[in-house]
Amino acid sequence: MNPSYSVIFFTTASGFGYGLAFWLLILDSSNFPQDRWLSGVGLALALAAITSGLLASTLHLGQPSRAWRAFTQWRSSWLSREGIAAVVSVAMIGLAWLGAIAGMTGTLLNAVAWLGIVAAIITVLCTGMIYQSLKPIAAWRSSLTTPIYLIYSCLTGAFGTAALMSLFNGDGSLAAVIALISALILIAMKMAYWRRASQVVHLTPESATGLGKIGKVQQLEGPHTTGNFVSKEMGFRIARKHADKLRKIVLLGGLSAPALLGFLGVLDNGLAAVFWTIATVLSIGGAVVERWLFFAEAKHAVSAFYGD
Amino acid sequence: MTSLPNNSATKRLGLVIDLDTCVGCHACAVNCKEWNAGGHMAPLTDIDPYGAEPEGVWFNRVHAYEAGDRKTGRTVHFPRSCLHCAEPQCVTVCPTGASYKRAEDGIVLVDEDKCIGCKLCSWACPYGAREYDSHSGVMKKCTLCIDRIYNEALPENERIPACVATCPTSARHFGDLGDPNSDVSQLVAARGGYDLAEELGYQPTNKYLPPRPKRESQSQPANEEPSSGLLRWVDRLLSS
Repeated sequence: MNPSYSVIFFTTASGFGYGLAFWLLILDSSNFPQDRWLSGVGLALALAAITSGLLASTLHLGQPSRAWRAFTQWRSSWLSREGIAAVVSVAMIGLAWLGAIAGMTGTLLNAVAWLGIVAAIITVLCTGMIYQSLKPIAAWRSSLTTPIYLIYSCLTGAFGTAALMSLFNGDGSLAAVIALISALILIAMKMAYWRRASQVVHLTPESATGLGKIGKVQQLEGPHTTGNFVSKEMGFRIARKHADKLRKIVLLGGLSAPALLGFLGVLDNGLAAVFWTIATVLSIGGAVVERWLFFAEAKHAVSAFYGD
Repeated sequence: MTSLPNNSATKRLGLVIDLDTCVGCHACAVNCKEWNAGGHMAPLTDIDPYGAEPEGVWFNRVHAYEAGDRKTGRTVHFPRSCLHCAEPQCVTVCPTGASYKRAEDGIVLVDEDKCIGCKLCSWACPYGAREYDSHSGVMKKCTLCIDRIYNEALPENERIPACVATCPTSARHFGDLGDPNSDVSQLVAARGGYDLAEELGYQPTNKYLPPRPKRESQSQPANEEPSSGLLRWVDRLLSS
């Protein structure tokens, strides 16, 4: 699949923003907001990441002005569900943020914060399900696809929360430990995802055309001499060439290194803010590479008709 | 509405494509383009049509495959277009309601006025039947020539899809595949017509008829000596 930059930016930026809002709100949830400055700055950062991601996702639309129509088909479409959940979560997180900077407290604000927490989870869940539900892409039809999206959001958001808390003289150790555990879980999940992806049964030229009964099937001549939408959107080979190196970058630079930094921050509270900020940046960078691979490595069933 | 129609209307209009007789002339693809460039889903934009890298929207694409090798091997020409599936995931993933499957005849269509061009439907189609029109910003696909088959301005014998009408070898057939007694259903039963990529569960309406078993080749040049008659006499005379 062609890795579209707007979709990669959307899923990583919004994923980070939702994770950040989730942890800021949930660590505060007994009595939101406990620290007006932390909530004010942290949620503003989360909202900026989420909305810039959502805006970027409209960039790949052919008719962005009709995007509102995407809220109508929630009965059948994960993309529609994601759109609705995204708008609800932005509204709730935005209200919680306004309440926090206005110095409000109380049950109503707590309820809004909780709605934001739930909507954030649902949005990321829908994002994962959009991909996991697509039948023509065998690698994505893994029960790990959606959990990986969720835990990636959890990881980047928790490191961001840990860094912000330590910057605002709080103790970010709990968030850092959560991030560390998320990173370790993701290492195991991504390795399992890639192992499965190398074994999945793809459509072949023989099975796709039904000509396998005659013998081996090769494409003699393609239907078009230059590329077309299908060959450009669904066929992408560069990633398969560099897959091994990029996977190592994700596992070492994007997950192991931030996990180590998270641990060092817990040990040495003096430098925690520095360690966790670097861990946040590394884990988001790792998420971008992971997401690029997720798309670029995925083989679409239509490739079989083109002899692949 | 992108939920699939849940009434059990039995009419399922579609195509039957005969891989035995198709000669790969691309007339179906060209006539499809010709009709639809001005039809229901118009325009079918071409980018750089006279330049070095022309590309554009087509609803029908003809592959040529080599199946098997040596004596059993053969060339198979293979037109590929929308199969108007009974379980089209391209419809259910659509967030806007632009993609829909008609309850009355099973045709899968795109309402261009609702499409936002998110391209997710093209990802959900394993057959590569949907092509994005970057000029119009919306998705395009085969309409089964909905503006021909129900078109009362056309003489009745022309109310068939453009690809079927133009095929010089009658390798394409149009009809109701939901009716077991229709000509197309009988043809599918008689020739062992099959679904493409059945394992993915889309339940395509269109069927493909497999190439007939290859006959022992009769076209080897005869190189034996003539066994009788005038030719034998001449042969002997010249050989001496």
